[in-house]
Amino acid sequence: MATDAITSGVGGPSAESVFGPPRRRIGEKLIAVALFCAAATSVVITIGIVVSLTGETLTFFADQAVSVSGFLTGGQWTPLFSDPQFGIRPLVQGTLIITGIALIVAIPLGIGTAAFLSEYASPRVRKAVKPTLELLAGVPTVVFGYFALTFFTPTVLNSILGLDVSVFNGLAGGIIVGVLIVPTIASVAEDAMSAVPQSLREGAYGLGASRRQVTVRVVVPAALSGITAGIVLGASRAVGETMVVLIAAGQLPTTSLDPRNPMETMTAFIGATGKGDVPTGSTGYKAIFAVGFALFLITLILNTISIRFVRRYRQVYE
Amino acid sequence: MTTAAAPEAIDVLGEAPSSHRLRDRSFVLLLAALTSVALIVLAVLLIDTGIDGIPQISISFLTNFPSAFPAKAGIQSAITGTLWLMGVVTFVIVPLGVASALYLEEYADGTRWWNRIIEVNIQNLAAVPSIVYGILGLAYIVRGPLSLGRTVLAGGLTLSLVVLPVVIITGREAIRAVPPSIREGALALGATRWQAIWRQILPASIPGIATGVILSISRAIGETAPLILVGAATFVAFNPTGLDSPFTALPLQIFSWISQPNDQFRLLAAAAIIVLLVILIVLNAVAIRLRNRYQQRW
Repeated sequence: MATDAITSGVGGPSAESVFGPPRRRIGEKLIAVALFCAAATSVVITIGIVVSLTGETLTFFADQAVSVSGFLTGGQWTPLFSDPQFGIRPLVQGTLIITGIALIVAIPLGIGTAAFLSEYASPRVRKAVKPTLELLAGVPTVVFGYFALTFFTPTVLNSILGLDVSVFNGLAGGIIVGVLIVPTIASVAEDAMSAVPQSLREGAYGLGASRRQVTVRVVVPAALSGITAGIVLGASRAVGETMVVLIAAGQLPTTSLDPRNPMETMTAFIGATGKGDVPTGSTGYKAIFAVGFALFLITLILNTISIRFVRRYRQVYE
Repeated sequence: MTTAAAPEAIDVLGEAPSSHRLRDRSFVLLLAALTSVALIVLAVLLIDTGIDGIPQISISFLTNFPSAFPAKAGIQSAITGTLWLMGVVTFVIVPLGVASALYLEEYADGTRWWNRIIEVNIQNLAAVPSIVYGILGLAYIVRGPLSLGRTVLAGGLTLSLVVLPVVIITGREAIRAVPPSIREGALALGATRWQAIWRQILPASIPGIATGVILSISRAIGETAPLILVGAATFVAFNPTGLDSPFTALPLQIFSWISQPNDQFRLLAAAAIIVLLVILIVLNAVAIRLRNRYQQRW
């Protein structure tokens, strides 16, 4: 950040000290204000998100059927029943199980891809693999949902692996979300590995290390904060991923821990409830905001951690 | 980078012990295998969807409207809806995104707290799940203060919010890639700050900005989750007639067909996915061409 200010600020002050103040022109100041307002819109968007979520969340908790302790600890989530129960635990648990499966899949794949691209791949291979990963990242998630439901569950899990899973199940959702976040983890981790100074590698080679030893014992530890940032960012994407879990994991809030069964995540609840025209002010409508608020908080915390870690490796090597 | 170091070491020190070489060899294979998993999944996905969907694509599929009968169902209203959304998104994100990027790169003093807030805020917004934008759209754009209803304009605005951070971030990179000497030259010739930006910096960074905008639009038209909350709640068998018209869009239509228990509709979903992917590939190809053709090396 500091270097940006220096490079972009350099033209102004130095010219000013030599030639005196820059020419004035009507509108010049106006343009600066207009541009500032455009940039400030993003802050307004954030305020909009926070205010809309907290406002409705507060009215949600003001509802007599809802208590804060019941919300946080209750094991039943049936907001649209005539005798509604609002325990968010099944949704949080569904989210955690699916994110966990996704990370088990994506961490080795992401780090392996990053190490391969940064340490081993020839420029030609990189030129082929990187755009393909970008393509993977650009495929709409509804397409992955279709794939998980119509191919991965029946063909791979049921027929090939013989796992006896339900039509909707957390396992397929988790694995496909895992594949989905591989490009995220790989690209952040690869940036971090490429930023490791060449001198560290050469020092290790000089001591007789093989390339594998350099990768595993020098590059990966030196890039660890960047790799962590990638994993945390991947986790945040997995928590926020909606379409795959909505389509493939089912819409059944449950406290069952078996990923072969259907389960519902926080995002899937929001999607499933929001697709009908929920009346404003109904408890179901407010529940969308309460769950959305919890989701926003979780991803905000994960993103903040990730940004911290990225900053740390940038400070060390750049 | 590393390719240069290893051969030299071997030239000087001779071959490594064979146990090392074996483990090294299998390690490379392991990494290559891990790298290929994601690529294989992508390939299988494309092949499987192609097998399901391509036989369904016909002129009548492209020109018919959604229907309760799979044989008569088509995606005309979904395609026109997606085009309308693209229009609204472009109209919103180009001025807002470019202006924000210009402010942050050319005007903002990075040591001021308000500028730092804007900067961190954009980084955070880029990682907010898209469904949260859908909730915001439902509360403030469809209902609440703007009360636009489930219309093209509401859908387009919501999608614009989702991709705006990406446009700003890529726009900043494009502006930063213009060397300071261009700006300094213009200022030294007596241009005001805005004259230097408008006549020198912006023209030089347009290819980069355009690439970012196109990629953002292609992300916007594939977004489904926010549209579930702000899009049409019912079946839309007509083309949008204006900004205040109800709409459907390709990803919404795909989702609605996937949700049908009837297998025929799932095949239609595969066909619609292929149409969506073709649009995305065309957009991406345009972006890559722009980047390669007009990008200047300074």
